[in-house]
Amino acid sequence: MTERALEAEHLRKAFGGVRAVDDVGFSLGAGEVLALIGPNGAGKTTLFNMLGGQIRPDAGRVLLFGRDITGLPPRRVWRLGVGRTYQVTATFRSMTVRQNVQSALLSHHGRAWSPWPRADRLYRDEAESLLAMVGMTDQAERAAGVLAYGDLKRLDLAIALAHGPRVLLMDEPTAGMAPGERTHLMDLTARVSRARGVAVLFTEHDMDVVFGHADRVLVLDGGRLVASGAPAEVRADARVRALYLGESSGEPEP
Amino acid sequence: MDFFVIQALTGLASASSLFLLASGLSIIFGVTRIVNFAHGSFFMLGAYMAYTLTTMWSGPLGFWGGVVAAAAVVAVIGAVVEIVVLRRIYDAPELFPLLATFGLALMTEDAVKMIWGPQDLLGPRAPGLEGAVTILGHPFPAYDLVLIVLGPAVLGLLWLFLRRSPWGVLVRAATEDRTMVAALGVNQKRLFTGVFMLGVFLAALGGALRIPREAVHHAMDMEVIVEAFVIVVIGGLGSVPGAFLASVLVAELNAFGILLFPKISMVLLFLVMAVVLVLRPHGLLGRPEAAARASLGVQEEPWRPMGRAGWALGVALVALLAALPLVADAYTLTVTTEILIFALFAASLHLMMGVGGMVSFGHAAYFGLGAYGTALLVRFFGAPMEWGLLTGPALALVGAVVFGWFCVRLSGVYLAMLTLAFAQIVWSVVFQWTEVTGGDNGILGVWPGRWASDPAVYYMLTLTLCAAAVGAIRHLVFSPFGQSVRACRDSPGRAESIGLDRRGLQWLCFVLAGGFAGLAGTLYAGLKGSVFPDVLGIPLSVDGLVMVLLGGLGTLTGPLVGAGVFKALAIEVSSATDVWKLILGTVIVVLVLAFPEGIVGVWRRWVRPRGAGS
Repeated sequence: MTERALEAEHLRKAFGGVRAVDDVGFSLGAGEVLALIGPNGAGKTTLFNMLGGQIRPDAGRVLLFGRDITGLPPRRVWRLGVGRTYQVTATFRSMTVRQNVQSALLSHHGRAWSPWPRADRLYRDEAESLLAMVGMTDQAERAAGVLAYGDLKRLDLAIALAHGPRVLLMDEPTAGMAPGERTHLMDLTARVSRARGVAVLFTEHDMDVVFGHADRVLVLDGGRLVASGAPAEVRADARVRALYLGESSGEPEP
Repeated sequence: MDFFVIQALTGLASASSLFLLASGLSIIFGVTRIVNFAHGSFFMLGAYMAYTLTTMWSGPLGFWGGVVAAAAVVAVIGAVVEIVVLRRIYDAPELFPLLATFGLALMTEDAVKMIWGPQDLLGPRAPGLEGAVTILGHPFPAYDLVLIVLGPAVLGLLWLFLRRSPWGVLVRAATEDRTMVAALGVNQKRLFTGVFMLGVFLAALGGALRIPREAVHHAMDMEVIVEAFVIVVIGGLGSVPGAFLASVLVAELNAFGILLFPKISMVLLFLVMAVVLVLRPHGLLGRPEAAARASLGVQEEPWRPMGRAGWALGVALVALLAALPLVADAYTLTVTTEILIFALFAASLHLMMGVGGMVSFGHAAYFGLGAYGTALLVRFFGAPMEWGLLTGPALALVGAVVFGWFCVRLSGVYLAMLTLAFAQIVWSVVFQWTEVTGGDNGILGVWPGRWASDPAVYYMLTLTLCAAAVGAIRHLVFSPFGQSVRACRDSPGRAESIGLDRRGLQWLCFVLAGGFAGLAGTLYAGLKGSVFPDVLGIPLSVDGLVMVLLGGLGTLTGPLVGAGVFKALAIEVSSATDVWKLILGTVIVVLVLAFPEGIVGVWRRWVRPRGAGS
């Protein structure tokens, strides 16, 4: 059995009376690509935010390589080797594409507070090679604010990979992309994961992407884990079929 | 005991007029996200208009009819303002509407003087309510009793209106999520105009109802606007019941503060606001602002360090300025010295706002601390002013360390209001602590040593320090530290998930900005040879905002150009005419409408093609 990179135990979070996440536990092996699916409002983003440190769980634990990281602030979680991309992309608008990546590198190398020298002279090559990895070399000098949506997502990925994370959390990495682009981005993610041994957890609505790229799938509904296993097993699971084919739940995201 | 009851009742009567003013401000902000600086002006216009109408008409119907008609007339003026000015700039960066409404406030002040004259006007008393009733053996004005009832009555009406009428439901929906309301196909233009009219009507009514209690004068707008801001922030932006609660709180504080803590009566209001904001960052009944939706379409040019050409230009400019004493007379040198000082002040504010993303409505605090840090040294140790170049910025740094620690815990308008509160606290302390600061009389004789007493020498000293400081700020912006701070501004969530300590970085940025402002204040004290509480005042903070926004928030050269233009304009225009506020206000409004990107932004777009000079 592979090493456990990230483990969640009995995580719970309620907002008012709504149990957004209710007793969820799973583990993510090193180098594994795990998909988290479920209808809107199932609690995917809440679960994600508890793993990344954006939300403190009401109960339960999050372990990173056996170390308890529950309730640590996002920047501590990041330092311990967790990278994250966002559903709605968050990049730095007042910078070029390369400077976006450099910002993450500055932080990683402990230079975020330096008054010297000019920021864009530091870690240039490293930034270039990260951009090359996501295929954005030719856009390095462009303003991040004017990128097309698919390019923003790729930049987001490059930023998340800057500190050589061991775990990557991707919240709807392909939302809003064209089908061809989706496959391309997830192929890229899978390649990076294999090459660097990065464990990836991603949420996704596109079932082609899920079944084409995940080693294992978790299914969340109403805040609870209703199924998990290899893509083929999950696809055959009666409850999952009811969720996705019966389409009973379609309530909006909280 | 009786006395306390009477005092409390007096407080409640004042609360009603404050509530009308503040609820209007709150509703306008909730829906349109405009911080309406002209709200006090509408209050004042309501009072003047009511004065005219109630002296013209007589009898109870004349009085009450006059009050309501005055509010209605002013509401129509408000609608015109919304349609002609504000509607054009809803999509501009969030501070531009503030700047425009500030321009409107300036215009109104002079316009009122031209129409009604500069003297205080005493309006008629409400017919039938001139006398007093006896409460617990003390006489109490009958009119005040009516006011006490009126406040809750208006609250009830507003509540019913917002809950029950379809239009009210729309207003509440827009307060919570205006993008969604727009997406639902609501005519946003009409909604905004309506909301603005309602808010202005309430403000004008509040002003009109005040005429039987106190004289109408042309400075009441600035008197009430700050109080209204404080109330809205304490109550929670957008919350009408919150505004009511806070009005009562503030009015009672005013009523009792002067009795219980006469020494700190003026600080009390702002202390309470600071405490509320620290404990409840969104006010008593406010809700966290809905997270701004990521605006994908927003284009912003990446900030680029100056190229070789840029540096050459900068050096040439400094060299040119250094040659000025060879040709210019003492007056020109003094004026230019002042402009240089304000260029540094604007640059320091820009470091906080443009780079750090923390809007300050109270940047004068650090400028003033710098000035007083110098003046107190001169007064108590007899040292020449040059030593103040150390103590002035040091005092400003201390202030910024303390205030900044609280401020970086908030964001957006609440942060801006907390900076205002701290500035007012410092101002009040200086104003009331006469034994040390001289209070309103200020501190005189803050001159530099003999070697620097010649205007040309002092000019060169100022030029050297300001150029070095502005250069340092520029350097910082592109340093790893500056880039990290900008990352926090651009996307706080993302910044934290690349391991940046957002609060820490913003705190340091705040402190540095305060220190640079303190240096400017120190130089200002030496230039004028005296220091008065004005150097801490709201008008100076607002001047700073105008300079930065005028030049353009998105550029580093902007604040310098803005300071130069604004200061030159202010000095020239104010010495040439009586109505300089009217002229300045008009210029501001026109500039905001014509150039929402600021002077330098427009230069970049039209004169210099993209990417050049990098």
